[in-house]
Amino acid sequence: MSEAKGRFREKIYIRRHSLGLPGVKVAEEYAGLYEYANFELPQEELFLPGHGLCASCTIGVIARHMLKALGPDTVVVNATGCAEVSTVVYPRTNWGVPWMHVAFGNGGSVASGIEAAIKALKRRGVIDHNRKINVVVFAGDGGTADIGFQALSGMLERGHRVIYIMYDNEGYMNTGIQRSGTTPLGASTTTAPAGRKVPGNVTHKKPMALIAAAHGIPYVATANPAYVHDMVMKIKKAAEVDGPSFIHILQSCTPGWRFEPKYAIRVLELATETGYWVNYEIENGEFRVTIPVPKRKPVKCFLQLQGRFKHLKPEEIDTIQAIVDRDVAEINRMVGREVIGPVDPSLPCMTPRGAK
Amino acid sequence: MTAQAVIPRERKIAQRRIALTGNHAVALAVKMARPEVIAAYPITPQTPAVEKLAEYVNNGELDAEYIPVESEHSAMSAVIGASAMGARTFTETASQGLFHMYENLPIAVGLRLPIVMGIAARTYSAPINVWGDYGDVMAMRELGWIIYIVQSAQEAFDTIIQAYRVAEDARVHLPVAVAYDGFWTSHVLQPLDVPEDEEEVIRFAPITRSWVKLDVDNPAQLGAVGTPEWYWEVRWQAVEALRESIKVIEEVDAEYGRWFGRSYGVAVPYRLEDAEVAIVTYGSIFGLVKKAVDRLRSEGVKAGALRLRVIRPWPADLLRKLLGHVDKVAVIDRAINHGGPLQGPMAVEVAATLHKPVYNILATIGMRAIDSDMVYEAGWKIHKGLWAPEQAYTLGLRGGYE
Repeated sequence: MSEAKGRFREKIYIRRHSLGLPGVKVAEEYAGLYEYANFELPQEELFLPGHGLCASCTIGVIARHMLKALGPDTVVVNATGCAEVSTVVYPRTNWGVPWMHVAFGNGGSVASGIEAAIKALKRRGVIDHNRKINVVVFAGDGGTADIGFQALSGMLERGHRVIYIMYDNEGYMNTGIQRSGTTPLGASTTTAPAGRKVPGNVTHKKPMALIAAAHGIPYVATANPAYVHDMVMKIKKAAEVDGPSFIHILQSCTPGWRFEPKYAIRVLELATETGYWVNYEIENGEFRVTIPVPKRKPVKCFLQLQGRFKHLKPEEIDTIQAIVDRDVAEINRMVGREVIGPVDPSLPCMTPRGAK
Repeated sequence: MTAQAVIPRERKIAQRRIALTGNHAVALAVKMARPEVIAAYPITPQTPAVEKLAEYVNNGELDAEYIPVESEHSAMSAVIGASAMGARTFTETASQGLFHMYENLPIAVGLRLPIVMGIAARTYSAPINVWGDYGDVMAMRELGWIIYIVQSAQEAFDTIIQAYRVAEDARVHLPVAVAYDGFWTSHVLQPLDVPEDEEEVIRFAPITRSWVKLDVDNPAQLGAVGTPEWYWEVRWQAVEALRESIKVIEEVDAEYGRWFGRSYGVAVPYRLEDAEVAIVTYGSIFGLVKKAVDRLRSEGVKAGALRLRVIRPWPADLLRKLLGHVDKVAVIDRAINHGGPLQGPMAVEVAATLHKPVYNILATIGMRAIDSDMVYEAGWKIHKGLWAPEQAYTLGLRGGYE
């Protein structure tokens, strides 16, 4: 990366990624964005209260809405991680649906087996042929982008009808905030600490949604719990497709990102408002940004709310801004217009509540 | 197959004699047991078994989902998922493949899933060696699986069917591995009897679906966190189930004999009644051992032999009964117990069971061939007192200990 300055210069490794995936084209303009879509969610709670997740952890927001969107005929495979250790500690559980944890790196293959079993058991009349049972993998970034990558790729490539939901808190938070393949550039983690010589993590996020899309599966999306309607609509769409679907959801982590618990949603909003995180979908090869951002806030707004970026020097923040600018330009080039706008330094970092 | 019938043979089910390799015998038995999900990854020497199963599925002879997974880790993961959903499952592997799925082996036990797995036993790398010994199987002894080691294609066929019946028995609910010699059994064409009517197999081993499953009408959570307050109790149930499974294994074997005319027992004795020297081993080389025993007997040495057929659960009482009176017990191990109290894994366990020193012999490592003369010589040296117990001796190793 030629823009790299200062301490990043020697170590930095930013991979080039491009939306120029084979067969991907721009989707037609879209009348109503999901954010304002009109739909009802059931009152019934299938992700039950009383879990052991950290205060203001947004895994709970994702799991709760995921089950509201999918309903009771859903089997959840939970890879090892925060969600798993916090929700089913014998003898209590927070799941009102059948749920299974096997290991860390095999969410995709366990779900493949479950989906295959449902097919075979339907043919043999053990399960009612007309009953639609959703199979969901609920896995973190480590269980998806790193140790579970091969099982995920195999599942996508073989075309199992499984909804894969990746909650990305950008590190191994459960084991104590180690760096993962989706940790952003410059974040301080326990295995990529901010040191005198190396300023934290020297790589930038692995583009999991694009990697999933490259498998040619029918539905891929990115989502953000701060935009709940958008997230829920995407989960609903994923459940409808005939084949694998993959949703990459950014998830704020209070102890890992080091923000005040009251900012759990704010920090996620800022991720999208700064263009650091773009909510899009690739539906049958058609690309669509579902949360356009007419004017971006500087990425500094997202970074400064979090302790993990506190050590960064101005030129290092500039480097991260340059990466965000590059990713945004790539998306705009793909869409063919400026769906994510330019940085407007006059915007206040914290939009007052109620203002849009 | 002398001395293998525990109960009187009464053939009730019409059978036909065919010739198959061990791998294809396993595939045929699996097909007849009508599994619903098969997940497998290729590895020599088991591959022909899962290739054959894929052929059965694609020809419409077996109504199952065949998942051609991208690794053995995923093969075991997929059958764990499928079994948890209530399906009868099968996978097969060997060597590095077994090691690649290792993490999932104790999980299948803890979740009490009746998975059946074939193993065409093969040694491990390095150096890479695709040939048969039991280094892979011996490395999975401590995890809670039921482990059979069989001698022939016929026995592999019969044991796969027994394995489904045992695994899915409500008193057991444990995964079962059926191991046989890579190449010497897996690839050798052998005669065997199979039922004329395939339905007899599913009648003998119907799919019970009695284990705890993922059921949308009765949602349960499988694989919870077991804190120090609970882990041991949960795991102990699997320990007890494995220990108690010996009764079910014996019962199923005897009933199989009444149906199909062949039973084996959990350990197979040969001329042990008045033996003073006994040679214990496992797998396909038992034939050579029996030949050596006959030659020793013809020269006046009171020799006998024993084949371990079920090594988990360990049939301690039976071994004490069969070997307790034998003065000198030698174990020919086909795997190395690196740095252990004895250099062979089964020798350690036989010694601990009999409370006396045993003669510790290693053979067929990396599929180094042996013949009955080598076994005869070993028996003769033990008889004459030229070999001492607890020392490691090797059959066929250049520069070894003979």
